[in-house]
Amino acid sequence: MAVSPVLPKLVGQRVKRREDPRLIQGRATYVDDIKIVGMEHVAFARSDIAHGRIQSLDTSAAEAMEGVTAVFTGAQIAEFVGPVPIFTPFPSPDHRAVVVDTVRYVGEAVAVVVAIDRYIARDAADAIVVDYDVLPAVVDTERAMTGQPAQLHADFENNLAIALFPSGTGVSPDGQSVDDTAIDKAFADADVVVSQRMVNQRLAPSAMEPRGTVAHYEPGHGKMTIWSSTQAPHLLRGFIARMNDMGEDQVRAIAPEVGGGFGAKLQAYPEDYVVAGLSKKLGIALKWIEDRSEAFLATTHGRGIIGYIDIAATEAGKVLGIKLRLIADIGAYNMLFTAAIPTFTTLMANATYDIPAIRTTITEVFTNKTPTDAYRGAGRPEATYFVERGLDMLARRLDMDPADVRRRNFIQPDQFPYATQMGAVYDSGDYTAALDRALQNSGWETLKAERDQAQAEGRLVGLGLAMYVEVCGLGPSSALPTGGWEHSQVTIERDGRINATTGASPHGQGNETTFAQMLADQFGVPIDHVTIHHGDTAIAKQGIGTFGSRSQAVGGAALHLAGGKVKKKMAKFAASLIEAHEDDLVFEDGRISVQGVPDSGKSFAEVASYAYVPVMGGAVQLPDGLEPGLSEEAFFEPSNNTYPFGCHIALLEIDRDTGEPTLLRLVAVDDAGNLINPLIVEGQIHGGLAQGVGQAMIEEVRYNEDGQPLTGSFLDYAIPRATDLPRFELDSTVTPTPVNPLGAKGVGEAGTLGSTPCVVSAAVDALSQFGVTHIDMMLRPEKLWRIIQGGES
Amino acid sequence: MAKVSITVNGKLRKADVEPRLLLVHFLREHLNLTGTHVGCDTSQCGACTVLVDGRSAKSCTVFTVQADGSEVTTIEGLAADDGQLHPLQVGFWEEHGLQCGYCTPGMILSAVELLNNNPSPTEQEIRHGLDGNFCRCTGYQHIVNAVQHAANRE
Repeated sequence: MAVSPVLPKLVGQRVKRREDPRLIQGRATYVDDIKIVGMEHVAFARSDIAHGRIQSLDTSAAEAMEGVTAVFTGAQIAEFVGPVPIFTPFPSPDHRAVVVDTVRYVGEAVAVVVAIDRYIARDAADAIVVDYDVLPAVVDTERAMTGQPAQLHADFENNLAIALFPSGTGVSPDGQSVDDTAIDKAFADADVVVSQRMVNQRLAPSAMEPRGTVAHYEPGHGKMTIWSSTQAPHLLRGFIARMNDMGEDQVRAIAPEVGGGFGAKLQAYPEDYVVAGLSKKLGIALKWIEDRSEAFLATTHGRGIIGYIDIAATEAGKVLGIKLRLIADIGAYNMLFTAAIPTFTTLMANATYDIPAIRTTITEVFTNKTPTDAYRGAGRPEATYFVERGLDMLARRLDMDPADVRRRNFIQPDQFPYATQMGAVYDSGDYTAALDRALQNSGWETLKAERDQAQAEGRLVGLGLAMYVEVCGLGPSSALPTGGWEHSQVTIERDGRINATTGASPHGQGNETTFAQMLADQFGVPIDHVTIHHGDTAIAKQGIGTFGSRSQAVGGAALHLAGGKVKKKMAKFAASLIEAHEDDLVFEDGRISVQGVPDSGKSFAEVASYAYVPVMGGAVQLPDGLEPGLSEEAFFEPSNNTYPFGCHIALLEIDRDTGEPTLLRLVAVDDAGNLINPLIVEGQIHGGLAQGVGQAMIEEVRYNEDGQPLTGSFLDYAIPRATDLPRFELDSTVTPTPVNPLGAKGVGEAGTLGSTPCVVSAAVDALSQFGVTHIDMMLRPEKLWRIIQGGES
Repeated sequence: MAKVSITVNGKLRKADVEPRLLLVHFLREHLNLTGTHVGCDTSQCGACTVLVDGRSAKSCTVFTVQADGSEVTTIEGLAADDGQLHPLQVGFWEEHGLQCGYCTPGMILSAVELLNNNPSPTEQEIRHGLDGNFCRCTGYQHIVNAVQHAANRE
């Protein structure tokens, strides 16, 4: 018998992506590429003021246009589309998909047009005339807390969505009882206290594909299919069903090719509800595609949080306590997860350090701006930023090397699992190892000397360093309103090919490749014989979605378990067929055979076929107690979140004449546990670093005092271009997690955590000779130039 | 309405179009060439980049009538007739130059022009050459690698 070639193991290899052939040839199908016979187009008229009551709304010109099917006002939409739901247990104001009487941010929808053509729909929306009784716009977050200059929602006095929600040392789990003894002692015992107000500015997530939705209600079937550029089709299905008085058996949600999400497409949006509701009402297929100008107004923003941090420490740099008071500018309404995002910031206030006392509070404030919600990192980059910038200030105050301050406070490897003051239990970590590797890779000591030399020559060169730890692999259901599990079904077809589904719905993460690598190894078959299906609730029957760096750590683990179940069953069929004991069998090189005796076995396809047509010697012979077929599913719920970590170092130079900063080097050491595909992991980290650098240096959503957005297009809002970034220098350490069978921690958001504070700290370092100890983001050249000119911070 | 004759990916296409119809919508809606994407309305992001008479153009800010009589190449027309991928398509695949894939067609076509003008670019020349194309996923490093990969093999 011919010896089949040995199939190499693929897990851990830099396997090139199986998604790419369609994407590099323009043959993928994004939501705007979907066409349905009879489909019409939806456009929204949007408020051009930040705050005001609708006095009159004239749709007559729009309705008179040729090709316009229907026009709906907010009141008409409200007859069949209920209030926009949220997913957190906090009180929330009434939020209508289309404004009924009061607009609360520029870009809020005020009317809807359905037309036979996209251009006509846009023309008609533009022809709708709205008169407003203009109200003062609430723009300044801290002033809003005094109820000035206006109040957005009647039942939320002083614009407080959530008022002073304490957590940390001395706070009972329900937040009701607060004991200040420990935190007061920490500050009383301190040799030094560093205090700073820091702004973690609003950002526009800016996936390159704007949002879009196609809804197709089929009256004859009483069924709805909705295609949406979403990270979480199963969540969308649930909300679309609920909002349309339908069952989840009557709604099929499909995430087609999705052009990036970054948290903002986790949301179910008012537009989704309106398009679906209108499709049902009119009985026709409808398409709405967001344009970029709309995306800046109507897609949730990220961050937007002010942190007041106080750090109490000894002269030797040992941190005794941290107080962190957060004020979140959440915009005009709660969206699905809005209220919960700052709780991730407080949850991670321990950072990588063994800190004996921490007290945090959260205040969330309504303003006349676009609502905020998850954006890559979602609360954890903010925590990292506040604590790491604070420690950098402490190091500067004590004239210590910033690396030494970190080292002095690290949670040590033998302390894991480590229960933090904030209620998290860190799974595993070796922070000193990551720091040392980053110091070594950057040539830290040499760099410091070069920086000193450059500064002596009058050049404004600075170095910054930041550690991070992130809560990922979300997570146990106790931590998530969505449920914290993931689902997979693995089917061995009768020809031996493998179909597998996952509820994790990728939008660039490459799970079609990484998951196929895993199954190819698990079954000893070529990767070309494995297909991963996702993003369609009719195919991937259960799921939660891709966010919180969870698709590998939770979705991959579910796939692994489902694969294990079907493998076990397949071994029983194989044992029957080749008359061996199932425990003695190995799956290798496309065969199932007795370990050490390759010729003893049958081909994988033969065993698969036998499982469906179990005929032996002319008679049907099912092995005892076995049902025919090879298809098993698994839900996996981890026992805990994962906590990946790392260290990022930046070298930056500021032009003395123009204030323009240039990032010269970014050195990153990331520990995401075991890696399935290092090539894909590198890509994830690169992208995260770019977004983290973007926040530090060039990105900021801005409004004027009337609540008018000043960053309404890519002309005004800068995302990093190729010339804005250096070649990143990556490395990794590997500390597996015990909370899932893969040991993988998740990596999707990591890059955004350390990069932002280390870049800002580098800028502060470069300008410290002018007396600054902190600079709020972004690092606008004008801001830096003013510091250079006058010492103004 | 206006009559246009445009050669798209080697095929002469004739149509009667609204004068305001954008080239990207002509390609996507009339010819079903949906590989060209729209990422912004202001000609910044480059997702809609195609080649018009061999030069890269952002098709979201070109009227179809402006392209009358020209030769347009979209991502669908880049591979050889026998299906063999263009060296840049190979480079993007080999070097993991894409994640969500939305910017990729425009990025590749801009890179085609870049390499036509400068077959052996430095890293900085590549970054400068792709400055008009945004990618939110990759941080550009693997895109630079992809272009270098193609440059070394062309």
